[in-house]
Amino acid sequence: MIKEYKTIREIASPLMIVDNVEGVTYDELGEIELPNGEVRRCKVLEVEGSKAVVQLFESAQGINLAQSKVRFLGHPQQLAVSEDMLGRVFNGMGMPIDGGPEILADAHMDINGLPMNPAARAYPAEFIQTGVSTIDGLNTLVRGQKLPIFSGSGLPHAALAAQIARQARVLGDDETFAVVFAAIGITFEESEYFINDFRRTGAIDRTVVFSNLANDPAVERIATPRMALTAAEYLAFEKDMQVLVILTDITNYAEALREVSAAKKEVPGRRGYPGYLYTDLATMYERAGRRQGKKGSITMIPILTMPEDDKTHPIPDLTGYITEGQIILSRELHRKGIVPPVDVLPSLSRLKDKGIGAGKTREDHAGTMNQLFAGYSRGKDAKELMTILGEAALSEDDKLFAKFAEEFEKVYVSQGNTTNRSIEETLTIGWELLSILPKRELKRIKPEYIEKYLPKK
Amino acid sequence: MSGTITKVSGPLVVAEGLADANVSDVVRVGSQRLIGEILNMTGDKASIQVYEETSGLGPGAVVETTGFPMSVELGPGMLDNIYDGIQRPLPAMREVSGDSISRGIDVPALDREKKWDFVPVAKVGDKLAGGDVLGTVQETSAILHKVMVPPGISGEVISIESGEHVVTDIIAVLKDDKGKEHQLAMLQRWPVRIARPYSKKYVPSRPMNSGQRIIDTLFPIAKGGTAAVPGPFGSGKTVVQHQLAKWSDVDIVIYIGCGERGNEMTDVLMEFPELKDPRNGEPLMKRTVLIANTSDMPVAAREASIYTGITIAEYFRDMGYDVAVLADSTSRWAEALREMSGRLEEMPGEEGYPAYLASRLSQFYERAGVVECLGSEDRQGSVTAIGAVSPPGGDLSEPVAQATMRIVKVFWALDSSLAYARHFPAINWLTSYSLYLDNLGAWYTEQFGEAYMANREKAMHILQEESELQEIVRLVGQDALSPADRLTMETAKMIREDFLQQNAFVDEDAYSAYAKQFRLLDMVLQYDALCRDALAKNADMNGLFAIEAREKIGRAKMADAATFEADYDAIAAQMKAEIDAVIAGGEEA
Repeated sequence: MIKEYKTIREIASPLMIVDNVEGVTYDELGEIELPNGEVRRCKVLEVEGSKAVVQLFESAQGINLAQSKVRFLGHPQQLAVSEDMLGRVFNGMGMPIDGGPEILADAHMDINGLPMNPAARAYPAEFIQTGVSTIDGLNTLVRGQKLPIFSGSGLPHAALAAQIARQARVLGDDETFAVVFAAIGITFEESEYFINDFRRTGAIDRTVVFSNLANDPAVERIATPRMALTAAEYLAFEKDMQVLVILTDITNYAEALREVSAAKKEVPGRRGYPGYLYTDLATMYERAGRRQGKKGSITMIPILTMPEDDKTHPIPDLTGYITEGQIILSRELHRKGIVPPVDVLPSLSRLKDKGIGAGKTREDHAGTMNQLFAGYSRGKDAKELMTILGEAALSEDDKLFAKFAEEFEKVYVSQGNTTNRSIEETLTIGWELLSILPKRELKRIKPEYIEKYLPKK
Repeated sequence: MSGTITKVSGPLVVAEGLADANVSDVVRVGSQRLIGEILNMTGDKASIQVYEETSGLGPGAVVETTGFPMSVELGPGMLDNIYDGIQRPLPAMREVSGDSISRGIDVPALDREKKWDFVPVAKVGDKLAGGDVLGTVQETSAILHKVMVPPGISGEVISIESGEHVVTDIIAVLKDDKGKEHQLAMLQRWPVRIARPYSKKYVPSRPMNSGQRIIDTLFPIAKGGTAAVPGPFGSGKTVVQHQLAKWSDVDIVIYIGCGERGNEMTDVLMEFPELKDPRNGEPLMKRTVLIANTSDMPVAAREASIYTGITIAEYFRDMGYDVAVLADSTSRWAEALREMSGRLEEMPGEEGYPAYLASRLSQFYERAGVVECLGSEDRQGSVTAIGAVSPPGGDLSEPVAQATMRIVKVFWALDSSLAYARHFPAINWLTSYSLYLDNLGAWYTEQFGEAYMANREKAMHILQEESELQEIVRLVGQDALSPADRLTMETAKMIREDFLQQNAFVDEDAYSAYAKQFRLLDMVLQYDALCRDALAKNADMNGLFAIEAREKIGRAKMADAATFEADYDAIAAQMKAEIDAVIAGGEEA
């Protein structure tokens, strides 16, 4: 028998204090019934004696201290999961909003999940071909990786993410895949862009959408990505699917977290974000991965917009410390008309080394990758020098490097949003570009590969 | 004794009715018997930090105290294992609870079933004290585990066993002066927050060989020393830590993954059993203990993980071994401290960190050192502590980096601009330092002659000069430089690219012995000296820079460890001949 309390003492949105409660536990889910019969959800943040501090997921508007009733449901927030979720659209709290029927639950899973035992993880090592040269060639994505896109306002991150979702495949493999898409506080238009793209390619039937749009309750955003990841875990580890999770936009998530933290009057960390932002983000990001003995996997692409394009802002900074690399978009390249405007030098994939090489991509991959990075870095320096001092100040070598950097951006990076390059094509383009440089400067590549692959002039 | 919960707020639980409990006692919380530790007492109310997720816990639930402080189990069976932050073995937990870590799992740290072949060293009638060796167990193929009398116990051996035993079997009985008998098993316990005793501490004087050229040659660390590796994300902290864990010439490595990525621990778990120690050919895992509190695991256990690691390190040190503790990352540990401090409603210091941050950090690093171990046998052991620091935005002015810099003696500053250019290890040669140079200089000179330190100084000087020259080049272009300065720039580039850069993922290059390091740097400096000479003889500068031997120097680091000397001799001879030819060409013209 679930007790009802009419003892709300205080409401300071998004927090509420309920008195004289009994048997309430930390993190328990609750419901508030308004005098007009409307039901809203909340969860317990703290219990002390008979007083419970509760966080509302929706607005506090209309809640009446005397007449509203609070019920605690005896369990933390859960998601009803089933394979029927594929092709459906849910709101940020996991309720269907596409007009379809309720989900017949195969299981009810705690949306917080459980930490994965490191001894049970399988190391991600299967190369995913995204068809995007800057990712496949230089910042290789592997199955089970979490690789965020660091973007800025007005940059085309959605186009890149959709392109990856559309083109990603594992070579020589036809296992079942699924996409879990969580819209976290983004606009209707951006969300529609993704959904239309899924629809166009037919992927929509294999997609689960959780949608919390910009005008939905902000605090609900704290639950949305966890709903999505719970669905992903179910599909990957219970149903053996290869799941790609796209979370956009993490910046909105962190702001919702800050809102609750401020309401709780917690001691703030940097820029007002709570001190536990790192731990909180980690409990989401770390849910990506593979498990030993399980076929399925969760590959995660969170998207965040860096406030003022500042990589040291707490949200990108802490994300970068948790995720296995990052793809950074550059405003400068975007202005130059480079599509996608991936800034390759600060971008990184930490797991690339295990996913490339003979048997996975090609034997010369690692060496050419390092050489392209080094060459582009030196070429950019040379170009910078050239703008100050003029071309005459450059040595002959540096002129070649400057030319290389220019071509690299034009040919290698700027491939457009519809070109799907195989890894062989990407490597071939890389070698053609390297042939601009003097051969003796190709120190990062083994001589036998230079012999074999470098185009003869 | 037990009490009842009155408040739950995340990992912090307050319980009343615990008047007789001690601060720092381990408690069991709620019906799931979650593990916690008492932080503060007010009257009969105890503030408890719970090491597991507290979801579902509420007022009225029972809290039981065990009466013991947070301790680790020490004995055979720790090596080749992976533990969580409070020393629960993760592979055994996986058998109990599957792929995820569920709550309230109670698995002993040391396997209670496994039998070890105990070979007694002490005899009946021997008078032993704390730290004396009772006997040995071949724990792994690489390590002989010495079973010691626990500190604080002494007496005469009245019985000692031999043969196959589990860790809890009584293997010896000691009778002390008062006639009291102490039954000793291979397993002993030690509270993690208290440093294990030793008889004397020394100033570190031997280097820890890491096989990493920039570390061994430019910024060496001593065995028993302390070092910090700060850097923004993506600058390669973890790769540096992994390289040290792999190639350091220590006997035991304790690797603490503190609030870091789960896949990184998996990587170590998969890779280390495959890798061979270059000194004895044994798999590296056989000398390694892993402590993993990944970032999704409960935050309170993160605070404990550092202490769990260093206590295990001290235990091996007491056997007379050289131990390296690698903590990745201490910033996450400090954040765990901050989170608990916030929940305790303590007055925050800088950036919300508690005021005791610096003292806790220094207490940790001070547990490193070279010591004369307890016991009558003449044994020296060392603990080297190396902590990664993850400063927000790479900004070293933040409290954790600052507090760390005040304590540690070696500072390997990672630089994101080097990482972007894929110069790895991305240790910045201008901002890094090692305060052990004076202590270790004598050792280097004794082993490799005066030239080693002289070359080091020359190289540092050239790099320093390069950074000054670069300023000029940026303003007026390199044509304005004199040929001698141009040569300095070229040599510096060679030092950076051909010597300092080291690829951790290429077998030939991942580990570089001292002799190879010395010869490689020497060769680059010889090039510098010969060219300088040639320039004085009016040789053509561009001709000197373009000699073919330079490409070979560029690839010289890949030379095979067994035959590199002959290879280097050949390159040096070619280089000399080619430079001579350039000089001759200049004279003819």
